[in-house]
Amino acid sequence: MTRNTKPLSLRVPEPSGRPGDAPDFSHLKLDAAGSVDRPPVDARPVQMLDLAFRLIRVLDDEGNAIGPWNPRLDAETLKKGLKAMILTRAFDDRMHRAHRQGKTSFYMKCTGEEAIAVAQGMILSREDMGFPTYRQQGLLIARGYPLVDMMNQIYSNASDPIKGRQLPIMYSARDYGFFTISGNLGTQVPQAVGWAMASAYKGDDKIAITWIGDGATAEGDFHNALTFASVYRAPVILNIVNNQWAISSFQGIAGGLETTFASKAIGYGLPALRVDGNDFLAVWAATQWAEERARSNQGATVIELFTYRGAPHSTSDDPSRYRPGDEHEKWPLGDPIARLKQHLIALGEWSDEAQAEAEAEAVAQVRAAGKESEAIGTLGQSRPSVKTMFEEVYATEDWRLVEQRREVGV
Amino acid sequence: MSESFSEADRTDGIEPDMIDENNAPASVASEAAAVAPMNMIQALNSALHVKMAEDPDVLSFGEDAGYFGGVFRVTDQLQQKHGLTRSFDTPISECGLVAAAIGMGAYGLRPVVEIQFADYIYPAYDQIVSEAAKMRYRSGGQFTSPIVVRSPYGGGIFGGQTHSQSPEALFTHIAGLKVVIPSNPYDAKGLLTAAIEDDDPVIFFEPKRLYNGPFDGWHQKPVSPWKTQDLAQVPTGKYVEPIGKARIMREGNDVTILCYGTMVWVSLAGAEHAGVDAEVIDLRSLVPLDIETIEASVKKTGRCVIVHEAPKTSGYGGELSALVQERCFYHLEAPVTRVCGWDTPYPHAFEWEYFPGPERVATALKAVMTGGSR
Repeated sequence: MTRNTKPLSLRVPEPSGRPGDAPDFSHLKLDAAGSVDRPPVDARPVQMLDLAFRLIRVLDDEGNAIGPWNPRLDAETLKKGLKAMILTRAFDDRMHRAHRQGKTSFYMKCTGEEAIAVAQGMILSREDMGFPTYRQQGLLIARGYPLVDMMNQIYSNASDPIKGRQLPIMYSARDYGFFTISGNLGTQVPQAVGWAMASAYKGDDKIAITWIGDGATAEGDFHNALTFASVYRAPVILNIVNNQWAISSFQGIAGGLETTFASKAIGYGLPALRVDGNDFLAVWAATQWAEERARSNQGATVIELFTYRGAPHSTSDDPSRYRPGDEHEKWPLGDPIARLKQHLIALGEWSDEAQAEAEAEAVAQVRAAGKESEAIGTLGQSRPSVKTMFEEVYATEDWRLVEQRREVGV
Repeated sequence: MSESFSEADRTDGIEPDMIDENNAPASVASEAAAVAPMNMIQALNSALHVKMAEDPDVLSFGEDAGYFGGVFRVTDQLQQKHGLTRSFDTPISECGLVAAAIGMGAYGLRPVVEIQFADYIYPAYDQIVSEAAKMRYRSGGQFTSPIVVRSPYGGGIFGGQTHSQSPEALFTHIAGLKVVIPSNPYDAKGLLTAAIEDDDPVIFFEPKRLYNGPFDGWHQKPVSPWKTQDLAQVPTGKYVEPIGKARIMREGNDVTILCYGTMVWVSLAGAEHAGVDAEVIDLRSLVPLDIETIEASVKKTGRCVIVHEAPKTSGYGGELSALVQERCFYHLEAPVTRVCGWDTPYPHAFEWEYFPGPERVATALKAVMTGGSR
């Protein structure tokens, strides 16, 4: 050291709580429901910079929908959304148990994040293309994709739509506007931009939507995607699902301490919205704003959906080893299902009995699908023909694959 | 970066008059049956013009590849002729531009992207390897990736380590990719047309030392231009050369030389220098590989020398060597021999010590003819 200054020190961010600590949310700045302005859909990004740092909320603590972002949805739409969220949670519970019972090798729940994929799946159509991560199963469920096909995929059985080729939950459902999931994080975001560019190039009316976790925003793909989305004004909705945890790394490790994830958009000249991801109505309203902007050829919007990953990252993970045990329970933005239920009750459209009935119905529906899928077979009991291992590597098999297939004897 | 290359190129004997300005490019030809002398740049450019005129779903984009037409001019006039939204400049983000192409391919377009130098392809590697290559397979055929990734490649141009590499083996190793490397204008156009029409992702490496002439490795000698070659007589209209078929560039009885790209011309020169009756096979496509042509030739000659610019260790020559011994072992009269780039980064000052030239090829040929390895 040659300078007469204090020695430098390296900062490594740490979360506000670790196992054994009481959850501490004092660092969160949560705007009151209804308190954030709604800019016109054609606002210039520079005119709405504050939205990257605020939190759009519609439902207040009593379950009332208030403020300029209230999407004023009819009761039928709300009930449809609530039921899809309930079904998603019931599906997750059964498949998580199926893993514990040895019926499959892997599963990932989206507990606490159901409002995001369900609301967005309802707003956009099947003709639009969604480029998901592994926690948007709610989109398939909201669109009525057969639960049994999801299970067949999870079991890699003979009826698996993608022929036993992918890790459980890496669905692909083109006809439902659901792009094939990659386990390599962030790759789908610039692809979504490219898909949207193609739609614009063709003069089509379809848009793309994509999701990435808070952790994976550190990948170069994310930043490349924002550059391309901005440069070519691609009709795409770029969601960042900030569920606070990337496996065991808190969002500060991805850069969330010094700024918000939504604010990443600002440097790219894209509009940013930061939204309470556990508020079905807020998610709906923000997505609708971004959708209208994209469809009217005004380009991409970045939406940070502020939520909490209630479950382990996957069945291979144990969060009790790195975060306070009751952090999820105490999450100040509550649970998306409970909050929408409360809202419907406040509207006089719902009741505890109706909720219990919907939950029972969801469990029955999942059980029936489970029986159907398990009759085909769980992992290892049934699988596609071994011959299919060599198919669809290319449009046509080359001699190597023919020889290798023969070597296997199929 | 491109400017420093152009300077190196100019000092390496390639003069502007080697691009035959008098020959009309394909795009202005009136008759499909017409043939014109073209250098490799013009032939590739012609393929793009023809396909873009024929199919509105074909797009071309890359860094400097729009208005300016690419640092090597391969995408020249595409934007002016076919429009801004069909041929455009991209941000300097190989990952981003390949990912955009993958998204477009999933939508149903057939994008052709340019990576300015093969040495710059690595930021796109994850998108190519984990995404484009696997798309059809992992989605059970629901999504495909009918994209072409074009890139100037190879050495001999004093480009140093970041403008000279031959990374083909990094792609031949990946299930789901096709890897094509033409060695002359005729094949360049026909194979690029095939690549654009292919329903799978194609890595299309263009040996940039061959853009302006069939460089044979005798770097002290004046470079001959393409117009002296039959394979520079290129139809101005559309034609397709199938991917997966090798071209026998010279028939011979004594030894088979397996090569591709610039090394095709170096191998021909090497055989001549050695005075050996070599059968020179231009593989043209590494994946899929024309194993039948290779097998028939080696069984005929009983000897095999493999020549490539890429470093020897884990190069494609290793794969070729294994295939030849697996299939032709009892016909072999000498060990299969490789002539390759050294296992060093590509050095700027030692271009001709690194670049496998005709003398090294000749030495290898003489060695296998006397029954030994080198």
